Amino acid sequence: MTPGARLVQVDGLVKHFPGARALLGLGRARRPVRAVDGVSFAIESGQTLGLVGESGCGKSTVGRSILRLIEPDAGRVTLDGVEVLALGPRELRALRRRMQIVFQDPYGSLNPRMTVYQTLAEPLAIHRLAAGPEVERRVRSLLEEVGLDPAFARAYPHELSGGQRQRVGIARALSVEPQFLVLDEPVSALDVSVQAQVLNLLAELQRKRRLTYLFIAHDLAVVKHIADHVAVMYLGKIVERASAAALYGAPRHPYTTSLLSAVPVPDPTAQRQRIVLQGDVPSPAAPPPGCPFHPRCPHPKKNDRCRTEPPALREVAPGQLAACHFAEEPM
Amino acid sequence: MSALTWLALAGAVAVALLVAEEAHRRAAASAAGRRFLRHPTATPGVFILAFFVTLATAAPLLAPYDPAFQIDIVHLQNHAPSAQNILGTDVYSRDVWSRLVYGARISLGIGTIAMLVAVTAGAGVGAVAGYVRRWVGAVLMRGVDVGLAMPRMFVLLMAVALWEHLPLAVLVLLIGLTGWFATSRLVRAEVLSLREREFVAAARAAGAGPTRVIFRHVLPNAAAPIIVSAALGIGNVMLLEAGLSYLGLGVPSPLPSWGSMIYDGEPFMAGAPWTSLFPGCAIALVVMALNAVGDGLRDALDPRKETA
Amino acid sequence: MTEPLLRVRDLKTYFVTEQGSGTARAVDGVSLDLFPGETLGLVGESGCGKTVTSLSILRLIPEPPGHIRPGSFIEFEGRNLLTLAPKELRAIRGNRIAMVFQEPMTSLNPVFTVGDQIAEAAIVHQGLSRNAARARAVEMLTLVGIPDPQERVDHYPHQMSGGMRQRVMIAMALVCHPKLLIADEPTTALDVTIQAQILELLDRLQRELGMAVMLITHDLGVVAGTADRVVVMYAGQVVEQAPTTTLFARPLHPYTEGLLASVPRLDTRVSQVRGRLHSIPGQVPAATAWPTGCRFHPRCPYAWDRCASEEPPLLDAPGGEAGAHTVRCWLLTEPQRRERRA
Repeated sequence: MTPGARLVQVDGLVKHFPGARALLGLGRARRPVRAVDGVSFAIESGQTLGLVGESGCGKSTVGRSILRLIEPDAGRVTLDGVEVLALGPRELRALRRRMQIVFQDPYGSLNPRMTVYQTLAEPLAIHRLAAGPEVERRVRSLLEEVGLDPAFARAYPHELSGGQRQRVGIARALSVEPQFLVLDEPVSALDVSVQAQVLNLLAELQRKRRLTYLFIAHDLAVVKHIADHVAVMYLGKIVERASAAALYGAPRHPYTTSLLSAVPVPDPTAQRQRIVLQGDVPSPAAPPPGCPFHPRCPHPKKNDRCRTEPPALREVAPGQLAACHFAEEPM
Repeated sequence: MSALTWLALAGAVAVALLVAEEAHRRAAASAAGRRFLRHPTATPGVFILAFFVTLATAAPLLAPYDPAFQIDIVHLQNHAPSAQNILGTDVYSRDVWSRLVYGARISLGIGTIAMLVAVTAGAGVGAVAGYVRRWVGAVLMRGVDVGLAMPRMFVLLMAVALWEHLPLAVLVLLIGLTGWFATSRLVRAEVLSLREREFVAAARAAGAGPTRVIFRHVLPNAAAPIIVSAALGIGNVMLLEAGLSYLGLGVPSPLPSWGSMIYDGEPFMAGAPWTSLFPGCAIALVVMALNAVGDGLRDALDPRKETA
Repeated sequence: MTEPLLRVRDLKTYFVTEQGSGTARAVDGVSLDLFPGETLGLVGESGCGKTVTSLSILRLIPEPPGHIRPGSFIEFEGRNLLTLAPKELRAIRGNRIAMVFQEPMTSLNPVFTVGDQIAEAAIVHQGLSRNAARARAVEMLTLVGIPDPQERVDHYPHQMSGGMRQRVMIAMALVCHPKLLIADEPTTALDVTIQAQILELLDRLQRELGMAVMLITHDLGVVAGTADRVVVMYAGQVVEQAPTTTLFARPLHPYTEGLLASVPRLDTRVSQVRGRLHSIPGQVPAATAWPTGCRFHPRCPYAWDRCASEEPPLLDAPGGEAGAHTVRCWLLTEPQRRERRA
């Protein structure tokens, strides 16, 4: 595949979770939660898209829907031209060789009853990639590749530290030699010093294996380190999407601006104008009419149009899209 | 009783002590084992179970008489414990000790096999009901609710009453098949929470199908509560069997089960209490031991305590 | 210089581990001072002992398995907290010293209204009547910026969002106007926009009420924006202590230096950050087996043989007054080693 070609493409992805239902699903369903509400983006081969947002904005649901760990309700996902959402169970399992996921919680994402060896050997067995002594060799080289001593193969997850577990999680994802990785908050449960180690490892693996990443995170500073492009989500929708340089340098959506200004910077002398957003994120079961951000929006020009007309995600500068009526006049 | 029998009995006690000692030693080596040992009754429980299991397996060595053999129907009816018959004889002049030893086979055997049936069925139904979304799970669990609502003893009595000379195997199967409802609920609850764990999602992302996910990732992690409920369940089944046999509807004579021994001795409780007392004590001891071990296992296998 | 409000000396809190494999020396000789009205940031990674330190101050360590070793000393307003009778201690907890925990979801009792929970401390410590306590609860909710306090006072915790609950926690802590507020990772469980709200609230309340705050966090960004002085902990010990601006401008302990360098930062240009992040090699050691000598030496880029054998004391940084900036590192005795490496 030529570099720069679109490896992953997502169009109009929608996922609504039904409200709780009564006996046998016969009762009246409660209002559905619109976790993902029409999300579109593309990732070029070998690049990283950072998907950023606060808890409950739907960013993890997007990642899992692409892999069909969650079945989306509508939309299109293609991986290297293959329609992911149209695949039957057998083809889907075969496709999972090419896309993998690394989870946030290094404690919950490893089976506590399986050794590291068993965890890493399982995908090889499922896809019949190796057998006999070859399995052992592959597990060894995977562990070395993620910076772990091969002796860890015999260890159980509870004998490892958080950073070591996360390395095992990465090794498991790499074991089937995928092209595309969904990284779902891979460093947010780790300590600062370990977080840096894992981020470096991810960057190095991307270079060596020419991987394509969807990096899901709530931490804008972490994303800045690894992403080529960034998409910011709010209440199930992408509100801004741009190259990292544009998004961090000249954000167009007031939510992005506020988010950036809210991140604490480890510099006591920094003179920053901090925008403190008022109120809480509304429930995705009952998003506000018009622009979903309008109740909290600090933009000075906010008016009735924001309360009634939902802004479309549109190109405001070359390669920079924002869903705001006043994107041309950023704060 | 011959010297050889005494020797065999001493041997059985020695084996049980060794097992308890070894279990204690191994348990002390791991954190989970130490949680087990924190129950003061756990080790005695292991000893009692080991003792009765040894009795059951080595029954021919330990029993001086055939359990159905009527030694002397004229002179040895309801004879008090003596040097010849350490636990006395029953109304048919059979040796109570020999019947107790062989009865251990029947009673423990029924308990274990019925529980295995129940656990297999319960784990299977629970796993499917918990893992498969949509209507399958809901239907299964409504069925379980119906099963739980039926009085178990009544169902068994009805089966026994309707089917004359019920073979023992069928009885065991029936006990097992009426005893899995609670287990299936437990397993389902466990599976429901495990299903949402990320390592299950990771296995699915790696391409694992539902069978592999259930058997490799979900059930092994639900094993702890299953084992505990099985340990406690064996005691229940034994009590149930004793109850049925006591009503004369369980293990058919002359097969010795502890319940049927109590039934046989019941009319002579005043004059020859030993015929019912000793099997009663055996049941009580084993059930208490199972509860003690089950409680210990519950703490030992609790995965929430494993992270520390 | 004013007298410290809180003076901790050589605090050692050990835990007997369940494995029976030894003693976890979670806090191992911590000394620190907290002055009236100041915000002290207590920083470190998980397992460094920062939370155990704060729990020890209020003697909230579960005993067993934990115990505070003899020889430890915690003085608050002139009284040694470690020798107080339980009754006297209770008169201080929640009254003179209050605490806010990390998890706003689990730290509130789900079966009582938030008003009841806020009023409880006022009833216990100040003997307020139910009506007066309720009025105080409404007043506190107003203070922490909860809209419609008259109505909210009768709500249950599950009716509130995470940020709201953390505000309620703060209202509960402040109801008796404590002299010292211990906030243990108060914003870690919250989203960044809510975190900004809570930090701003804490800042405002501290100014208005004139209390001292001990802010425990792993986030150097949070410390930089709020603390007057910072104490950095590693492996159960204080490794560096300095005024915030000094510490960020001139970190002297290699651990502090490494930690600061490994934080992904937002205040640099994208072109600059695309590259390797600095990272500290290795793992945080286990509390049952701290390394000998300097506890950081296995991960330290400057370490030499002395570091492995001899434990450094807290040394005064050159060029400052005694006690203003202290560092637990032998490099201070041989500064040329740092330059040689650089």
